[in-house]
Amino acid sequence: MELTTVWFVLIAVLWTGYFVLEGFDFGVGILLPFLGRDEADRRTIVRSIGPVWDGNEVWLLVAGGATFAAFPEWYATLFSGFYLPLFLILLALIMRGVALEYRNKSDSTKGWDRAFFWGSLGPALLWGVAFTNIVRGVPLDADHEYTGTLFTLLNPVALLGGVATLLLFTQHGAVFLALRTTGDLRARAVRAARLLAPVTILVGLAFLLVVRSGAVSWAALALAVAGLAGTLVATLIGRDGWAFTASAVAIVAVTATLFTSLWPNVMPALDPANSLTVINAASSPYTLTVMTWVAAIFTPLVLIYQGWTYWIFRRRLTGAF
Amino acid sequence: MHDPAGMDVLDLSRWQFGITTVYHFLFVPLTIGLSILVAGLQTAWHRTRKPEYLRLTKFFGKLFLINFAMGVVTGIVQEFQFGMNWSDYSRFVGDVFGAPLAMEGLMAFFLESTFIGLWIFGWDRLSPRLHLATIWIAAIGTNLSAYFILAANSWMQHPVGYRINNGRAELTDIWAVLTNSTTLVTFPHVIFGAFIAAGAFVLGVSAWFLLRKRDVDMFRISARMAMVVSLVAAIGVSLSGHWQAQIMTEQQPMKMAAAEALWEDETSAGFSLFAIGDVENGRNHVNLQIPYGLSLLSTNTLDGKVEGINDIQARYEALYGPGDYRPVVGLAYWSFRLMIGFGMLSALAALVGLWLTRRGRLPASRWPYRLAIVGIGLPFLANTLGWIFTEMGRQPWTVFGLMRTAAAVSPGVDVTSVAITLVGFTLVYAVLAFIEVRLMLKFIRIGPQEEQEPDSAVPALSY
Ligand code: HDD
Ligand code: HEM
Ligand code: HEM
Repeated sequence: MELTTVWFVLIAVLWTGYFVLEGFDFGVGILLPFLGRDEADRRTIVRSIGPVWDGNEVWLLVAGGATFAAFPEWYATLFSGFYLPLFLILLALIMRGVALEYRNKSDSTKGWDRAFFWGSLGPALLWGVAFTNIVRGVPLDADHEYTGTLFTLLNPVALLGGVATLLLFTQHGAVFLALRTTGDLRARAVRAARLLAPVTILVGLAFLLVVRSGAVSWAALALAVAGLAGTLVATLIGRDGWAFTASAVAIVAVTATLFTSLWPNVMPALDPANSLTVINAASSPYTLTVMTWVAAIFTPLVLIYQGWTYWIFRRRLTGAF
Repeated sequence: MHDPAGMDVLDLSRWQFGITTVYHFLFVPLTIGLSILVAGLQTAWHRTRKPEYLRLTKFFGKLFLINFAMGVVTGIVQEFQFGMNWSDYSRFVGDVFGAPLAMEGLMAFFLESTFIGLWIFGWDRLSPRLHLATIWIAAIGTNLSAYFILAANSWMQHPVGYRINNGRAELTDIWAVLTNSTTLVTFPHVIFGAFIAAGAFVLGVSAWFLLRKRDVDMFRISARMAMVVSLVAAIGVSLSGHWQAQIMTEQQPMKMAAAEALWEDETSAGFSLFAIGDVENGRNHVNLQIPYGLSLLSTNTLDGKVEGINDIQARYEALYGPGDYRPVVGLAYWSFRLMIGFGMLSALAALVGLWLTRRGRLPASRWPYRLAIVGIGLPFLANTLGWIFTEMGRQPWTVFGLMRTAAAVSPGVDVTSVAITLVGFTLVYAVLAFIEVRLMLKFIRIGPQEEQEPDSAVPALSY
């Protein structure tokens, strides 16, 4: 395989890891005001992601760093072009991170819970908006500079994409909470997942049908639908572990649909002559070779110790800690 | 690029980078130093089983986490700023500069964030030995992250291991980048600087308790430990700083000349203590010097030749074409001096403090404690000024000799957008500073808790 292809796949993997892991973090934050009836509930909900959220967020940082190293043109065009949405995402992630760390160190939790909610909802929506625009193409000039405005990005299809990721992540958070809690709280999380599932399937399917392109993406799309259906079925029969697995598969498949539709572009332009592709956006072969070695050694290591962390904290939270 | 609107984007982008990065680096030194000190305290507890060490571990551990959280959330902005505000820079350097940045994420950030989570929540889930390992691994991750980011920054100070191809810098030798002489001297300097900061912090907090006669025996231990750390680190920072000055004289002579307000080439140059310069005419009105000091600092000999601003300017014009190659001399001069001054003042305080607390003594007067509390700020000032010197002294270059700052800025981003983000980040950061300081003070007031053996059911450090 060409190294540029390897890196396209690797970056897709990093975003996939980010969406699968941070996806339930976002969902947990969005569901907090709905599922947390009293302070004990809310503390359990926040605690469910306490040990892992920071490690999950690093998937985003590494996706950013890897894009910078492997496709500098992509990094430059994307982040200067999507300037204000990215600013909002950064503000949201700041608020959310501080809320998670400071909530239980403060006398009043109300403000922090609000920050956690909005800080989760914002990125869950905006990542969908951003990726829809990336896959469908945006106005770029011959220097690969973005020439649209903020409102170019807020088109109806992109907003549909935003709602789709919002629903997807919220549902993912619901099945995660169902898996991690007991009693009333778990029952409420299951109910939320059941309520969300039909809408998520409909909106998700509509979104994927609009943005997908290329033959391979059909396979990914089919898997996404199967994952979503599996989540619903497993939730209905009360199999929390399977529901979470199916939901994770759905997110993997949605991300795969986006990236297979993107290939071989990394940022298609409305005028195809100006598109950024895996070839014209890439770093030199030497850089890609070096980074391939680094990734080949360290990615498995990260997966092992992060997996181990989830194993250590596998016990359900009872609320009485 | 030089129309008035373009200039505005450049200025605002520079302000934004300066503000967000200086802010990030307020938390970074404390994270770097305190992570190791907390790991050391926990190790001491593990070895001796003395309850004081456990109480100190948890107490300073909590303050460490409050600070760590701010380091993390401000770091996210750093990762994306290069693309947002400096897209032409990112295009030009990505091939080289992106590599250490990506390595930092993959090798260091994952390690640090995952194991911090394990440490916070693992008191009752992991064996004591494994739990001790988690804080050490997190601390190593933190220090590793500093190495990679400093390698990236050093490449901007002194580009190595690259060639220019298709109008961009391409990596030719990753080892050259990772073992850049500039990196090798910058890393110890920054780490030692961080330990001075952590030492001053632990000392100041301990002094607060000693002043109030709370847990006197325990905080006497932490105060003395902190002063030893500061003192050793001060020696380290001086030696590495000296070494750095020599490398800088060779690699960025203009920065050294500006730091010394040295206008003409000189042999047996003195180290300037106080100068009032005349930038227009390229000379000083007043200049109080330590004879031979500068030649010694930058060449290791008393009569070494040090280049002056006016001469370098003429040489650079011949080399790089017309232009002003001088950084803001007053800023370079004073930030360099005050970095050394504030840091050394902090070390002096540690030395005096060790003397005052020798052989079981504690000063009766309230003043030493008050000074120690106020002194927490000194190394933070020194660290900030050190970076301002390093970065502003490199101007007008973003990548020394290769790319000017004016050519680095995002061409497609408009003034309004940069203004919005500049104001937005600054306001949010100001609010966060307020919250973080209040929280720190709150937990200092509460003080260390009585501790049972952590095998019991209550995870004391949990949320
Ligand atoms: C000398 C040390 C140093 C320097 C110069 C910088 N940082 Fe930093 N950074 C750290 C040392 C550090 C750290 C000690 O590792 C932090 C501080 C608190 C923390 O959690 O890790 C950190 C956190 C941190 C994070 C969050 C990591 C996480 O979620 O765990 C990011 C993304 C960055 N930094 C990125 C940057 C970038 C792009 C910089 C360049 C402009 C930068 N930092 C300067
Ligand atoms: C954490 C410590 C650091 C501080 C306090 C700091 C401070 C600053 C300041 C004040 C500026 C503005 C200079 C000016 O425009 O006049 C600046 C610029 C810049 N710095 Fe740093 N910096 C730090 C670390 C880094 C690192 C580690 C990198 C790269 C890895 C970096 C890359 C840059 C870039 C790209 C610019 C913008 C272009 C420029 O103005 O030259 N900085 N920094
Ligand atoms: C004898 C004392 C010191 C000397 C000779 C010294 C020398 C230097 C020099 C030459 C630089 C610029 C390097 C460059 O731009 O290439 C620098 C930077 C810096 N200094 Fe110092 N320094 C001293 C003390 C301190 C102290 C006490 C602190 C903090 C507590 C400190 C913190 C820093 C920092 C954070 C930087 C910026 C990062 C870097 O380039 O290493 N320095 N110092």
